[in-house]
Amino acid sequence: MSKTSVGAIGEFTDVNVLIKAAETIRDAGYRRWDVLTPYPVHGLDSAMGIKRSIVSYIAFAGMLGGLTTALGLQWWTGAWDYKLNIGGKGFFNWQFSMPIDFELSVLGTAIFTTLGLFALCRLPTWYHRFQDDESFKKSTDDTFVITIDANDDRYSQDTAQDLLRRVGATNVHIVQPTIE
Amino acid sequence: MTVDHEQQTRTNGHAYEEPVRETLVMGHPTLRDVTSRIASIVESKLSMKYLLTLSVTLSMLGLGVVALGYTILTGIGVWGLNNPVGWGWDITNFVFWIGIGHAGTLISAILYLFRQRWRTAINRSAEAMTLFAVACAMSMVLGHTGRQWLFYWLLPFPNQMQMWVNFRSPLMWDVFAVNTYGTVSLLFWFVGLVPDLATLRNYVRNNVARKIYSFFSLGWTGSHRHWHHYEIAYMILAGISTPLVLSVHSVVSMDFTVGILPGWHTTIFPPYFVAGAIFSGFAMVMTLLIIAREVLDLKQFITLKHLDNMNRIMLATGMMVGYAYAMEFFIAWYSANPWEMWIFQNRAFGDYAWAYWTMISCNVIAPQIFWFRKFRRNIPLMFVISIFINIGMWFERFTIIATSLHHDFLPSSWGYYTPTWVEVSIFIGTFGLFLSAFLLFAKFVPVIAIAEVKAILPGSQPKHKHEHGHAHAEVTGH
Repeated sequence: MSKTSVGAIGEFTDVNVLIKAAETIRDAGYRRWDVLTPYPVHGLDSAMGIKRSIVSYIAFAGMLGGLTTALGLQWWTGAWDYKLNIGGKGFFNWQFSMPIDFELSVLGTAIFTTLGLFALCRLPTWYHRFQDDESFKKSTDDTFVITIDANDDRYSQDTAQDLLRRVGATNVHIVQPTIE
Repeated sequence: MTVDHEQQTRTNGHAYEEPVRETLVMGHPTLRDVTSRIASIVESKLSMKYLLTLSVTLSMLGLGVVALGYTILTGIGVWGLNNPVGWGWDITNFVFWIGIGHAGTLISAILYLFRQRWRTAINRSAEAMTLFAVACAMSMVLGHTGRQWLFYWLLPFPNQMQMWVNFRSPLMWDVFAVNTYGTVSLLFWFVGLVPDLATLRNYVRNNVARKIYSFFSLGWTGSHRHWHHYEIAYMILAGISTPLVLSVHSVVSMDFTVGILPGWHTTIFPPYFVAGAIFSGFAMVMTLLIIAREVLDLKQFITLKHLDNMNRIMLATGMMVGYAYAMEFFIAWYSANPWEMWIFQNRAFGDYAWAYWTMISCNVIAPQIFWFRKFRRNIPLMFVISIFINIGMWFERFTIIATSLHHDFLPSSWGYYTPTWVEVSIFIGTFGLFLSAFLLFAKFVPVIAIAEVKAILPGSQPKHKHEHGHAHAEVTGH
């Protein structure tokens, strides 16, 4: 672990080169590295060796939570806590509960999906160790950026920079910490 | 967004350009061009024209606030409602505004699932319109409750009377449907916005602006480890919004259908309302986008192709609505129910015939012009037609509400409804709210989904799939 730098960074403009580069870095065994892109690039998942996202399971849990809340709320308030005869209709029937079952299932799914997404991405995090680097900032504009963190086991300033240059990165450099 | 099979097969082939398809973004911009074209809108100085327009819309909003305040302080007796007409402009406007929102969700969710790439240029602004329209609808529906300060009685909460809300009532379903719709639309919109706000954070030079965009972009970096979750999440949100948008207006229509009034008690209402909602929503999106693409100079992104496609959808949904109008009459005749038959005769030839025929001319006749490509691409014409449709769809709701109510079962309880200045002012106020919010949105938020447009530019996605397949085959020895 190097305390003198934050990591190495390199820029790409060709998306095909980027994919190849990601595959090479993945195969070189790095773990703490990242690809930053202005838009989602198709096929980077496998090139980086990322497993399938679990956000869909979180969404499913939200759906179940919403549905349970809806059924429980309608049954408990209508058929258990305070029975109110309105036009001789049943105190609880699944038929009339459908609209609210549906709405709360959707609501639960949406809230869990969004919060799950933010939790998995550790958002909000208003700080990134690379944040003041000019190359890093370009990644929301028109440049693909690969960063290799200094706290990766395989990291050394020279090997990381060499690797980035070899896979076709331009403007390869070491990012220095701005504070302390 | 981006997982785009169509494009993949195309990039795998020999040439990207197909002669049949028009390009969705004009002038072959680079990624940089897209960023600066859209992001520069927030950096440009506020023009006098903009401020003047904003002051007009804010004055409209102010008028609405005054009228609503007067209503709350005095009671809804200041409206033109009477016996037997207990619903008037309030519910007409509520249904009108909720309907406007539906185009936004249709564009952002349904067209996304159908891989309609042309949606990327218009989804952001259409979703924003959804949010503002829902806000307008809510102000109408809360305003009509009578004792507006007790609005929380609509929610199931433990109270000193130990009573609960009535879940057997469609009015209750409506509370849940509209609130869910508002919340889900907001989440969907915000999730879509985060990467673009990050782009703005890194683009703007003004310090205060950068801090604000930093805050709302939550520290998004564009890391693929994030995009990877993001795409699935976005897909799920689109997936659940699709049935949601169909459910919301269906539930709104049940407010009517569960009542036993002739003219309301019909099974065609849910699909009829949904088609009408999409129809009116597209008309509103069209009206505002035609203005926005001129004023903000977005012709490069919102092309004639986009407008053409939207006109086709308006033609299709307009025909569905026309079919529903006809079918209502057929069923009324087929039912052999004299009250049902009479109410429809009365709708077309009675006291409110003027409203009915306004609706028919605007909604059924006017859009027929879009059968011709030449007219689908004529901007002044489509602007006029979109306004016709907005008017027509408002009259549709008014016709449904007023005609069924104004003649009760007994001739002694027949009446006629005309709004007072208070209701008219509140309606103007909702337009003020809608337009002011849209103006602020258009100035301070990226009006076009930057990341999504970048992802559909030619050559923005890798050609690797094919090669990858080969490499894989070699490794496994096949």
